[in-house]
Amino acid sequence: MTKKEALYNFVLRLGDDSLVLGQRLSELCGHGPILEEDIALTNISLDLIGQATLLLEYAGTLIPENKSNDELAFLRLEKEYVNVLLVEQPNGHFGDTIMRQFLFDAFRKPLFEALQFSTDEKLASIAEKALKETKYHLKHSSEWVIRLGDGTEESRTKIQVSLNTLYRYAHELFFTDESDEFLRQEGIISELSVIKEQWDKTTKEVFNRATISLPENNWKFEGGRVGRHSEHMGFLLADLQYMQRTYPNMEW
Amino acid sequence: MVKSLNHIWNLLEDVYDPEVPVLSVVDLGIVRSVERIDKVIHVTITPTYIGCPAMQTIEKDIESKLKTHQIVDFNIITSISPAWTTDWMSEEGKRKLKEYGITPPQDEPDKSILFAEPIIVPCPRCDSSNTKMVSRFGSTACKAHYQCNQCLEPFDYFKCFK
Repeated sequence: MTKKEALYNFVLRLGDDSLVLGQRLSELCGHGPILEEDIALTNISLDLIGQATLLLEYAGTLIPENKSNDELAFLRLEKEYVNVLLVEQPNGHFGDTIMRQFLFDAFRKPLFEALQFSTDEKLASIAEKALKETKYHLKHSSEWVIRLGDGTEESRTKIQVSLNTLYRYAHELFFTDESDEFLRQEGIISELSVIKEQWDKTTKEVFNRATISLPENNWKFEGGRVGRHSEHMGFLLADLQYMQRTYPNMEW
Repeated sequence: MVKSLNHIWNLLEDVYDPEVPVLSVVDLGIVRSVERIDKVIHVTITPTYIGCPAMQTIEKDIESKLKTHQIVDFNIITSISPAWTTDWMSEEGKRKLKEYGITPPQDEPDKSILFAEPIIVPCPRCDSSNTKMVSRFGSTACKAHYQCNQCLEPFDYFKCFK
């Protein structure tokens, strides 16, 4: 494996996570539970799509075919997307949406904090930029988890079920393979176990305050990182790719 | 005709952010440098937020501003590092924002601290500090939505971004 190949795998995974979660949140445009949250969730979506634009642009330069970010975003087959299963899960009710966001933000913040010091300059500059927004997203999602958990009997019951369902997908955020190992040895990325420690700390603190608890059934789902997706992914891609598939090379 | 770099900066002061039309791109701090290399003018700009949808419009506006002033040999470069911060907003820009009805960025503690005490965001109209946050996200990515408990006016707050 060459450095470029390993870096491509890594950057593509980051980019696909941002792209797919950005797409999911954009579905809420005009459908948010209240106007303020409609605006908040779509603003977060915009940030994520902005991250995806930069990450996929960079990824495209790392392969011999030299693909554009649009080609990567719109013209791959389902099994070629390498996002985690968590981000493709349906929006569900607001508790599901916010819990998915929280589990993701709590991972992305320490990840970008570490990556801004990467020896790969391009990756470091994207991380530095994305970190500022991610901190804000985490604040927003963690406050909502607490408000719902420490809220009414109904909101607490619902957010606990959201956690029970989504926690099974969270483990895949810490998936590593030989690409990650290669990049770690090169000093391009840091040890993921350090990020995991921070994630555990943040989630534990927020769940304590929210008076909800980790599920006992600790079944783990994974597969997205290697292109094996849940049944929801095809529908998401149909929506995402519709314009480019119907009108090839269309531009705004 | 060779124009001085100062002249270019003056022209850029007349290019406005499409979403906050009282601020010029210079006030906002998104023009990072203007240089001349081999007779070509290089203007480096940086996005405020990563997915800022105004960036393309801003680039086009700068282009047409330079062209209407007979500057044709130029190049607009978008750079993301170092990342934009509200510290780069000019004092003049902050004054204009307040006049326009948007509270300029206040000094905020590090955002990475969860559960920090909420900061005081004064009302741009009556200056009261008795205000409340309505939503962390406002009409654009760079703003939050507040309401004044004193004069009851809703207003936008230009978030501190560091």
